[in-house]
Amino acid sequence: MMASPEAWLVLCPLAAAALAFLWRSRGAFIGIVSALINGALVAWLIALMRTEGVRRIEIGGWSAPLGIEFYADGLSPWMLMLAAILGVATAVYARGYFKDPGSWFWPIWLMLAAAINALFLTRDIFNAYVCLELLGLSSVALIALSGNPDALAAALRYFFVSMLGSLFYLLGVSLLYSAHATVDIDRLRSLVSETPATLAAAAFMTVGLLLKTALFPLHFWLPPAHANAPAPVSALLSGLVVKASLYLLLRLWFEVFPGAIFASVAPLFGLLGAAAVVWGGIQALLQERVKLVVAYSTVVQVGYFFLLFPLAAHPLTAELARQGVIYLLLAHAIAKSAAFMAAGNFIRVVGSDRLEDMKGAGTALPVSMFSLGLAGISLMGLPPSAGFIGKWKLFSASLTAGQWWWTVVLAAGGLLSAAYFFRILSPALAEPSRLGAKIPRTMKWTPMALALAGVLLGFLAPQLLEIFEIGAPLRPAAAMEGGP
Amino acid sequence: MNAVWIYLCTGAGLIALGVLALVREPHFFRKVLAFNITGSGIFLLLVAAASRVSDGPPDPVPHAMVLTGIVVSVSATAVGLALAKKYHHLTGHTALPGEEDEE
Repeated sequence: MMASPEAWLVLCPLAAAALAFLWRSRGAFIGIVSALINGALVAWLIALMRTEGVRRIEIGGWSAPLGIEFYADGLSPWMLMLAAILGVATAVYARGYFKDPGSWFWPIWLMLAAAINALFLTRDIFNAYVCLELLGLSSVALIALSGNPDALAAALRYFFVSMLGSLFYLLGVSLLYSAHATVDIDRLRSLVSETPATLAAAAFMTVGLLLKTALFPLHFWLPPAHANAPAPVSALLSGLVVKASLYLLLRLWFEVFPGAIFASVAPLFGLLGAAAVVWGGIQALLQERVKLVVAYSTVVQVGYFFLLFPLAAHPLTAELARQGVIYLLLAHAIAKSAAFMAAGNFIRVVGSDRLEDMKGAGTALPVSMFSLGLAGISLMGLPPSAGFIGKWKLFSASLTAGQWWWTVVLAAGGLLSAAYFFRILSPALAEPSRLGAKIPRTMKWTPMALALAGVLLGFLAPQLLEIFEIGAPLRPAAAMEGGP
Repeated sequence: MNAVWIYLCTGAGLIALGVLALVREPHFFRKVLAFNITGSGIFLLLVAAASRVSDGPPDPVPHAMVLTGIVVSVSATAVGLALAKKYHHLTGHTALPGEEDEE
C-alpha cells in the first residue's frame, strides 16, 4: 500500500485540500506543490505499468466485492496524465489570476483533483458515484467563485443538472446491485445479460452521465456554466471535468453492458455526436462573447468523442477509432484549457468579453494571441497537432468501416471550428492597440506552454499510445467473450 | 404483496415524483426538496435490495451504500441551499432567470 502511487494520488490532493483550507494564506503554494507531486506520482504509476502491465490494488486489504478495488489499465494513466498536466498548468496560471493567494479556489480545486484521480482509478461503480458527486459539488463551488449573480445562476443551474445526473446514475447502480449483488466492474461484466433490470440500469446511467457530459441535446447548461466561471476554472471544467463522466460512460459501455445492447445503441450515440458537432459549431458562430464561443466549441468536441461508439462497433476499425478518440481527448483537454486561459488574458486586459471589444487585443497581448492561434490549430485538427492525429485516425476508421458519413461530420466540424476561431482572431488583430495593461508572466506563458504542447504532442503519438494500450482497455464486451 | 414490494413501489413512486418536481418546479427550495425526495426513493430501492438473500440475515452492503448516499445528499443539500440563499440575497429572486419566478 505504501509503495503504490494509486493511494497517494488520492491522499495527496485530499490532504493538500484540507491543509489549504486550514492555512488559507498559503493556498497557492500548497496548490502548486500538490500539483507537482501529483505529476510525479502519475509518472511513477506509468513507469510501474510499463514493466508490470495492468495494476490492481485492494484498498485496505479488503478485496471486492466487499472492499473497493483500484484498477489501472492503459486508460487510467492516460486520464490521470491529462489531469496532471492540466493540474500543473492551472495551478501556475491561477497563481497569477487570483491576486489573493488565500482564494477559496485552492482548497476547492484540490478537492476536485482528489475526486477526479479517484474516479479514474476506481473499479467500483458505487465508489465512482461518490467521486462523481464530490467532483460535481466542487465544480459547482468553483463556478460560483466570483460570487456575482450570473455566476451564481450558472452554478445553481449546473448544480441541479449535476444532481439529476448523479441520481439517475445512482438509480442505475442500485438496479445493477439488486440484480447481481456486486458493484465491481469485472464481476458485473461476467454477470450481466440482456435482462430488463440491466436495460433499465443502462438507460438511467447513460442519461445521467450524458447530462453531465453535455452531449447534445443535454448540453444546455454547459455554455453559461463554463463561460461565467473564472478563466482557470473554465479551463478545468471544459478540459477535464466534462471528461470525467465521459470516462465512466466509456467504462460502462465498453466493459460492463452486454455487447448486443452496445451494438444497438452505438448508432444513436454517433448520431447525437454528429448533431452536437453541427449544432455546437453553428451556435459558436452566433455568439457575441469570447468565452461563449470557446464554451460552444466544447459542445462540438464532446460530439467527436461519441463517434467512437459506431466506429468501435465495427471490428476492423475498433482499434483505430479508440486511439483516435483517446488522442482527441488529450488534444482537446490541452488546447481547450490553453484557449480559455488565453481568452482570460484578453478579458483581463480589455475589461469585457464581447467580441466587438476585442479590437486590438492581439497586438497588446501577442503571446496570448499566438497561444490562442496554436490552440485553435489543435482544435480544428490541422497537422501536425495532437488534434490532427485524433481526427486523422477517426477519419481513416470511418472510411475503413464504410461509414463515410462520419467523415462529413469531421470535415464540417473542422471548417466550423476554423470559422469561429477566426471570429475571435480577426478583430483581435484588426487595429493597432491603445491598451497598455499588463498581465502577470505566469498568465502570459502558461497558455503558450499548453498550446505548444498541444501541437508537439502530435509527434509523440506512437510512444504515448503505447501507454494507452497497456491491458487493452475499452474492448467492447462482445469482443471479450469469456470474461476477463 | 410482501414487504419488499411495498418498498419497491414506494421507492419508484418517490423517484418519479422527485424527478418531475426537480424538472418542473422553478423555486430553488422546491428543487432542493425534490432531489432529496428522489434520493430517498433510490435509498428505498437499495433497502429493498438487501432482502435479495432469501434465507438468513439481510445483505448489509446496500445499507452501507444508503448511509453513504445520505451523507452525500446532506452535503449536496447544504451546498444547494447556501447558493440559493446567496442568490436570493443578491438578486431577490428564488428561481433561475428564464424559469418562472412565483414571487
